[in-house]
Amino acid sequence: MEPFTKHAGKVVPYDMPNVDTDQIIPARFLKKIDRVGFGELLFYELRYEEDGSPKPGFTLNDPRYAGGSVLVSGPQFGIGSSREHAPWAIQQYGFRAVIAPSFGDIFRSNCYQNGLLPIVLSPAEVDSIIARAQEIDGYEVTVDLEAQEVRDAHGFSASFEIDPFRKENLVQGLDDIGLTLRREEDIASFERARG
Amino acid sequence: MAPQTMFEKIWDSHVVREEPGKPSLLYVDLHLVHEVTSPQAFDGLRLNSRRVRRLDRTVAVADHNVPTNNRDKPLEDEVSKAQLEAMQRNADEFGLEYFDMFSEKQGIVHVIGPEQGRTQPGMIIVCGDSHTATHGAVGAMAFGIGTSEVEHVLATQCIWQAKPKTMEVRVEGSLANGVTPKDVILAVIGKIGTSGGIGHAIEYTGSVFRSMSMEGRMTVCNMSIEAGARTGMVAPDETTFAYLKGREHAPQGAEWDAAVERWAALRTDPGAQFDALVELDGSEAAPQVTWGTNPAQTLPVDGRVPMADSFDSSQEQAAVEKALAYMGLSGGERIQDIAVDTVFIGSCTNSRIEDLRAAAAIASGKKKADSVRALVVPGSWAVKRQAEEEGLDRVFSEAGFEWRDAGCSMCLAMNPDRLSPGERSASTSNRNFEGRQGPGGRTHLVSPPMAAAAAIAGRFVDVREWN
Ligand code: SF4
Repeated sequence: MEPFTKHAGKVVPYDMPNVDTDQIIPARFLKKIDRVGFGELLFYELRYEEDGSPKPGFTLNDPRYAGGSVLVSGPQFGIGSSREHAPWAIQQYGFRAVIAPSFGDIFRSNCYQNGLLPIVLSPAEVDSIIARAQEIDGYEVTVDLEAQEVRDAHGFSASFEIDPFRKENLVQGLDDIGLTLRREEDIASFERARG
Repeated sequence: MAPQTMFEKIWDSHVVREEPGKPSLLYVDLHLVHEVTSPQAFDGLRLNSRRVRRLDRTVAVADHNVPTNNRDKPLEDEVSKAQLEAMQRNADEFGLEYFDMFSEKQGIVHVIGPEQGRTQPGMIIVCGDSHTATHGAVGAMAFGIGTSEVEHVLATQCIWQAKPKTMEVRVEGSLANGVTPKDVILAVIGKIGTSGGIGHAIEYTGSVFRSMSMEGRMTVCNMSIEAGARTGMVAPDETTFAYLKGREHAPQGAEWDAAVERWAALRTDPGAQFDALVELDGSEAAPQVTWGTNPAQTLPVDGRVPMADSFDSSQEQAAVEKALAYMGLSGGERIQDIAVDTVFIGSCTNSRIEDLRAAAAIASGKKKADSVRALVVPGSWAVKRQAEEEGLDRVFSEAGFEWRDAGCSMCLAMNPDRLSPGERSASTSNRNFEGRQGPGGRTHLVSPPMAAAAAIAGRFVDVREWN
């Protein structure tokens, strides 16, 4: 996993609540058995016309937000299914962080597993980032995981909470399985005790 | 010892390792695997030369992709075929017990777990599927995980979890005729919203759940995730024990008695504190129909679709406008004036024998409306066999409903059963998200009797007043 310490990138605003995993990636694309190629499928229904051409008006098709790497959206982002294809699609599109007032629980843990950083800010802070992204051309934020802060070059800054364990794993790019297997003794003794 | 909730008891008895301020490493008793969220996990194992740690605690089934008719014919969809073949290969290579689509034990993963008696009180159960909480109906802590976590559990039989808060959802009273467990859980979600349960483990308490069958409790727990909660459970009682007794994987003989004693002790102690409480009066619950694009957008069947300007914030108004536009509604129409094109009775929410009986009772002796296509997809082969023994298949066929084979089917439209753009369904599944039942498809979630009645009337009707 790619370590995450600090990332500066262009903001892509998507001002909608309840962006569920079926919107992020429709089920018919979950049949692939490898982990690649999901970036083009991100937000498929919202993003493409029936003939496959880009839908005008959708945020990912807006030239102002081309090349963005920080997605900012409304509350309950990622509710719904446990499909990890959702964070894969977001990440493979080029995003490194998603900012929202709240997240679906399973989506959030899936993000951590892939080095994609889900950040909870207050609704007011999220609104203010979205407003700035809509007003300021090429608007960027810096996501500083070590300092647990999101800031821009125009005076905005907001701090966020993160579980220290998740943070350590992200900063070091650690693989959970390797980490757990170091606890083999604990697992084996738990199994012995239960019979 | 301080009084504990059932959730805390189950949690505490599964901690392999804990450190203050960090997630705990929990032991997993049962890991259910299916074809959609596992291929990349097995690839990861292969890449690192890892094996499955506990084959005896792991079972796999094909359900999401499988066609529900003409199974003897070659699969038309090449990609589905590749995914099912990958599941078979992985099961063979790693030595997993696996039910392919021809197995007589095949079915939706959340239907076969309890049905085979694998799902037991006090267990921690995981599956790469967000509706895993279904298994909480027997008094287990069951939750959905992503593919990386599937790989993690395969390799270690453990999972890292931050301890959620607890929430009691108490529904007292008794349900009116025609009001089902589906209506109760939709009403709960309507009340607390899709985020009301985020970060919480729910325990469903009160007379309504106590007097509910196991099938009904499964319907309720199934939809915990639609309220944002990863897990939801009902304390085990005589109903639970009677359901489990004699099932294939349930304990037998003297072991059974010891198990029942253990299970009975799982109940939340008197005086134990939950972090949150939600209360509902079951006697007032009405049959529900969702009107929008998330399960909290639900109404009693005698209601009217809301208008966007009846909401306060501009963000809410925009979201409601978007939902109405997607659903092809303008707001203000009576639910009972909405006509449906397709009726889907099935999914891990409502495809068990009791659901099919309730739907058949409505369909019996009637004919579906000409304009409607109606599908009945039993949750498992076992359910299908039982329904056929009871003659339910004939009731459905005579009413013009198609009687299919077991699988997820139109719940998520990965197989050929799907809505076309603009088509409107009454569905007993759990998600009405945009595109869930096919691109552009419009889903209204309802109970099995409400779905059957809609098929016959060609529009939504109030089953309380209808026969
Ligand atoms: S029936 Fe639907 S919700 Fe249930 S496991 Fe299958 S796809 Fe998921």
